[in-house]
Amino acid sequence: MIVAIASGKGGTGKTTVAASLAWVWDRPVTAVDLDVEEPNLHLFLKPEISRRATAVMEVPVADESKCTYCRACSDLCQFKAISVLGSVLLTFPDMCHGCGGCMAVCPEKALSPGTRELGEISWGSAAGRIGFFMGRLRVGEAMSPPLMRAVIAKLEQTRKEAASDVIIDAPPGTSCPAVSAVLPSDLILLVTEPTPFGFHDFRLAHEAFSPLGKPMGAVINRAGLGDHSVQDYCRSRQLPILAEIPFERRLAEAYSRGQVLAEALPDMRKTFTELMDGLRSLAAASRQREVTAHA
Amino acid sequence: MPEIIVISGKGGTGKTSLTAAFAHLAADAVICDLDVDAPDLHLILQPENEVREDFFSGHEAVIDPAACNGCGVCAEVCRFGAVTNTAAGFAVDPVKCEGCKVCVHFCQAGAIGFPERHCGEWFLSRTRFGPMVHAQLFPGAENSGRLVALLRGKARERAKQTGRALILSDGAPGIGCPVISSLSGTDFAVLVTEPTPSGLHDLERVADLCRHFKIPAGVIVNKADLNPENTNGIRRWCGEALVEFLAALPYDPAVTEAMVRRQAVTEFHADGVSAEIRRVWRRIVDLGNQKAKAA
Repeated sequence: MIVAIASGKGGTGKTTVAASLAWVWDRPVTAVDLDVEEPNLHLFLKPEISRRATAVMEVPVADESKCTYCRACSDLCQFKAISVLGSVLLTFPDMCHGCGGCMAVCPEKALSPGTRELGEISWGSAAGRIGFFMGRLRVGEAMSPPLMRAVIAKLEQTRKEAASDVIIDAPPGTSCPAVSAVLPSDLILLVTEPTPFGFHDFRLAHEAFSPLGKPMGAVINRAGLGDHSVQDYCRSRQLPILAEIPFERRLAEAYSRGQVLAEALPDMRKTFTELMDGLRSLAAASRQREVTAHA
Repeated sequence: MPEIIVISGKGGTGKTSLTAAFAHLAADAVICDLDVDAPDLHLILQPENEVREDFFSGHEAVIDPAACNGCGVCAEVCRFGAVTNTAAGFAVDPVKCEGCKVCVHFCQAGAIGFPERHCGEWFLSRTRFGPMVHAQLFPGAENSGRLVALLRGKARERAKQTGRALILSDGAPGIGCPVISSLSGTDFAVLVTEPTPSGLHDLERVADLCRHFKIPAGVIVNKADLNPENTNGIRRWCGEALVEFLAALPYDPAVTEAMVRRQAVTEFHADGVSAEIRRVWRRIVDLGNQKAKAA
């Protein structure tokens, strides 16, 4: 089972939930930080990193001596990453999306594959039992989905050797990076807080992820703060609320010290164990629906 | 004319609540919400939209099943895994399509259309604090960077037309494409963080990004009393990193209460955290003016 922990609004507690859920998980599990712009999960799980790799994207390198300035490459490129000005061929590797089109259409083979560094992938394990993967985007790099795909590819290699459940800590938002992070999952857990901003972005995220057809559940963090709009919305959309984490200073302080709530506080251990059970029931119910639909 | 942006790296540190308060305090700003993915500022400013425009950006591949000869070249050339061979023939998954046109180019049957992608909409509005420029990207859409650039252009036009002296923008979390797009040509970046391990980690990365693009920046620690030791750590870090430490704001329940009432905290309550916000706003305007004059 792959669970993606997502939210529309940032700072609602995705990482808090991911760390504690991985902590209480009672089967082999790997925690994966796909918030590659601002990865934080390692600050709480404190993994021992055993391997690191640089992730790159394939971008064209021009050999101008072979170029006839036919413009086949620049006519095809949708991202303004290659251009022909008179008899000058220019590439802009930062703009490149790595589609390979320019290299494929060049009749003179004047373009060959080079690389742009996207960031770093590191992996290891936490607490001797939680597998750990993270991506860290290079500062100045604009595109995060390619690095996220590279992290997932690495993760899949190790899962082939040893099966494990996966908990993904996704980036905030509802646009392409957030969608890229939840795509590999079987189940999406939306974390929100019951405030007007929290509710507004929660609804955007629910609408963004609904077309993917994956079962979804909600966690309400800082319950007791703000108003009841999130609870009312969940009830009206039959979106199960799998856990509520109260708005209490002791929790905020534990987080500010870099603690995993489920490790530090016995009542939170119970809350997250129940959340794990709730996620499994949700997955089972959805499998049951699929079986019924196919029958 | 100074352009000031509020960003944070980490989400949920209080960017939007602070921007709303600054918008209330600034007598003559054009207000701009550059978090086009999960915008929230409109919830407080309650804009009356005067102009609404569609935002198109890029294209997407669409296979016409009637014209497709089933050769499968499209699936071979696609580097994004967006073309799949389904029971109904080859089809493009719009969520995975990058809009690179490579499949369109190599399709021998000419069966792949390439319509423009409708990614969202943007607005010019009136609010009780002055003119506002904002947008909403559709769920799962990309090119948020281009929409951010468009909004910034509109904000400058609007400032000229209305004789406003300042552009105040609320930014997106992270350090990727929309944030990079919102920094170019900005005079001053206000970095909002919190005294937690994630807050400091993400602050370092977003400050690195500002340095990379040579944008002067200052730091506000929100909920500073949650962990005074970490707040002091951030203050020391600012000294070493040569970034101005602007303020340590205490946790104040008035911030959420104001949000629930759709008010800026400075409108809702003049004392407490609001007094400190007024002081830091005057300092930010001075710094923005200094930079704009020097440029």
